[in-house]
Amino acid sequence: MIQVLFLAQLREQLGVAELQVGADSVVSIATLKDYLVVNHPHWEQFLSNSKLLVAVNHQYVKTDVAIASGDEVAFFPPVTGG
Amino acid sequence: MTFSISVQTQDFDVGREYAELIAGDTAAGAVVFFVGRVRDLNNARDVTSMSLEHYPGMTEKILQQIMDETKTRWDLIAAHIVHRVGELQMGDQIVFVGVTSAHREHAFQAAEFLMDYLKTRAPFWKKESTKTGEVTWVDAKEGDEVRARRWYTDQQ
Repeated sequence: MIQVLFLAQLREQLGVAELQVGADSVVSIATLKDYLVVNHPHWEQFLSNSKLLVAVNHQYVKTDVAIASGDEVAFFPPVTGG
Repeated sequence: MTFSISVQTQDFDVGREYAELIAGDTAAGAVVFFVGRVRDLNNARDVTSMSLEHYPGMTEKILQQIMDETKTRWDLIAAHIVHRVGELQMGDQIVFVGVTSAHREHAFQAAEFLMDYLKTRAPFWKKESTKTGEVTWVDAKEGDEVRARRWYTDQQ
């Protein structure tokens, strides 16, 4: 399974904090997004936001990367700490 | 505790942080620190309180990476990062960044670099509440990213 997290404003927009996706359904960030939108069409407007940040296992990924079972993928808006 | 990172709900004491930064150290001729606070006016809105969320696990790793990079760029003797999360009120302290070095140039630059990278990379998010009861997520500022980019090297 792939653990998927939605944080901050994105979590509120989607109404979901986390979910699990079978690793046989997705192989990359791009296919994960496609999978999520197919299952939740109204998420497209939020997940297609080009400013959205993506982290795999707590590291930022700026391009599409492969993901596998056991990975934790987080989607979140630009950060505003400090 | 020469180099330390803390993400915490409780407040911090600047005097104690300073004392810890210089404890037992006579080589550090320069100490620079920055404190960020919840201010009363943001984007012309009367802010009364703020909620700070983060991504536990990733936050600490990113702050450690920023600290490690700071140490490779400047000659530091000690550095502390303290960042609060949870519910904060107007005027409360949010973040402490303190560094010590033999010379002020390194200390000034390292402190600014730490804050610029923390603001644009560490996964924290602010949600503000106003006097009128409005609750809104704070938008990231393009200016913060521009400031962070000043430090980019050819490798980036």
